[in-house]
Amino acid sequence: MNELGFAWIDIGILLLKILVVIVVNLVILMIMEWAERRVSAFIQDRLGPNRVGPAGLFQAVADGIKFFFKEEVVPTGADKWLYTFAPLLVLVPALMTFAAIPFGTTLELFGRAEPLQIVDLNIGFLYIFALVSLGVYGVVLGGWASNSKYPFLGGLRASAQMISYELALGMSVIGIVMITGSLRLSTIVEYQNGLLLGFLPRWNVFLQPLAFITFLVAAFAETNRLPFDLAEAEPELVGGYHTEYSSMKFAMFFMGEYIALITTSALLTTLFFGGWDFPWVDEKALGIWGVLLSIAAFALKTGFFLFFFLWVRWTIPRFRFDQLMRIGWKVLIPLALLNIVLTGAGLLFVH
Amino acid sequence: MIPILFFFFAGLAIASALLMVTHKNPVYCAIFLIITFFALAGLYFLLGAQFLSVVQVIIYAGAIMVLFVFVIMLLNLSEEVRLPAGRRLQSGFGIVFAAILGVQLLVIAAAGTRVFGRLSGDTPVSGTVERLGAALFSTYLYPFEIASVLLLTGIVGAIILGSKKLPKEQ
Amino acid sequence: MLHDLMPILLLFAVSAILGVAILILTNLFGPSRPNPVKLSTYESGKIPIGGPRIRFSIRFYIIAMLFVLFDIELVFFYPWAVVYRQYLSLGSFIFWEMILFIGLLLVGYFYAWKKGALEWE
Repeated sequence: MNELGFAWIDIGILLLKILVVIVVNLVILMIMEWAERRVSAFIQDRLGPNRVGPAGLFQAVADGIKFFFKEEVVPTGADKWLYTFAPLLVLVPALMTFAAIPFGTTLELFGRAEPLQIVDLNIGFLYIFALVSLGVYGVVLGGWASNSKYPFLGGLRASAQMISYELALGMSVIGIVMITGSLRLSTIVEYQNGLLLGFLPRWNVFLQPLAFITFLVAAFAETNRLPFDLAEAEPELVGGYHTEYSSMKFAMFFMGEYIALITTSALLTTLFFGGWDFPWVDEKALGIWGVLLSIAAFALKTGFFLFFFLWVRWTIPRFRFDQLMRIGWKVLIPLALLNIVLTGAGLLFVH
Repeated sequence: MIPILFFFFAGLAIASALLMVTHKNPVYCAIFLIITFFALAGLYFLLGAQFLSVVQVIIYAGAIMVLFVFVIMLLNLSEEVRLPAGRRLQSGFGIVFAAILGVQLLVIAAAGTRVFGRLSGDTPVSGTVERLGAALFSTYLYPFEIASVLLLTGIVGAIILGSKKLPKEQ
Repeated sequence: MLHDLMPILLLFAVSAILGVAILILTNLFGPSRPNPVKLSTYESGKIPIGGPRIRFSIRFYIIAMLFVLFDIELVFFYPWAVVYRQYLSLGSFIFWEMILFIGLLLVGYFYAWKKGALEWE
């Protein structure tokens, strides 16, 4: 212990965990940038980028380098400070959200028990929810600061969409909180260990199917993915709120969006699919192999959702804005409220 | 470490609050206000009130400030318009109210530890959501239900204020 | 508290450094050859007409106001949900309690629906 109230070794391990999480996020981001195009190409019976590196895997690296060497354009009349600040407002909260998500069971090594999670907050889910609610600012300020019509409209639309679906997103989780009795994400995962009716894994998706559907739809809208990507609807608004952006600043919006996508997939896994739980296996009894198995299970489930996001993109056409608002306010919110009442009644009945 | 963080958050809150008042561009003012709310959230967190801290971010920084930013954009203000000179009455009132507020703050600060008690080092570290829930649904049940009526009034008010123009547009 | 706050602050520092580093590097590496046409704002190749900060529909404003109100209601749900199971042992009171709260929320919700505040034409 020192004057910080922390042992240096704790800070070292913490920093290591943070760096690992950020680097892994950036690597998955690059893979996603490649997979986005490869999967699209596959679905549309094309080849996609396949020249840079094996199967085109280094395409994202090449793109990244290219972005760094592009000219930075600040349009006339733009608010220079906010224009530069907006990409940061998208990227930094996105990078911070992953902190509360447990990505494996507790690692016991050299007599230390190290939970595989950056911070296990008492209010874990709300921490993520708060950061998600800040994502609006990067979008709306980026659109405003560009001093141009298309970005301005795109930013406005995006913010109206995000705030509408945030409500459904937050309400869907309440059923899970009621069952678990905690907002701590590690507790929520622990609770899903075990079996339901003797054979089904006790994942929340089986207990809360309605919540899962509303959460999934709201997550699509919140991450601005098709069929809800009205903020950047190419035929109507050119590029949306980042029309005037260039170079790495432009790329930062995309990095933020993809990292939000990764975190959303991880959150779907954590809340509804048992997190790092590998069904029918007690990870804690297996020592180091159990830890590796739990990380693998978590990665596999998250990877599935990442693929799912790409898959849906080429399956469902984009909604109109009025349809989008109608789904958010008139379908998802009543369904989420219904889920709360049903869960409450169900728990009362069981009790 | 806690005192350092306290002074960091407190300083940030005061500095950004001052910038919020003095800055000319309303959008920047809104951003400085958001930073102030963040600093406050940090202070709550230091006190062990994690739930309050996160709600501060969700409600104030996330929801209310979005509304503010919308309003600023709706009004299309790019620069602050100076009030015409000679508004003695307003500035007079302003000074009087500022003085009253200042005296109140001083009194509270002076009486602070006597009236509100001092937080001991072992304030509850966890379980704040549970404690809040328990308090809300036992002792403070009545205020809680009244709050929901208040929110209902808010919804009705918001719609009445905003919907005057609606039929014409369609 | 420090135990929980420290990781968040560290993570914020690392993410912010990463973000600022990207901004600085792209500024260093990229060329800078501005000209008036390049810097003009994009309007499908036309010369921009009028100011960019156009006035927009009041609906955005109503949606934002409703969002604030429903968000506050949403925050009230969390402490309730956390203690729900504990309180069930004291009887079904906690359930009816929230039914009342949701009922009041629904009154506001249907009022908004009826008044057309949720429509988007």
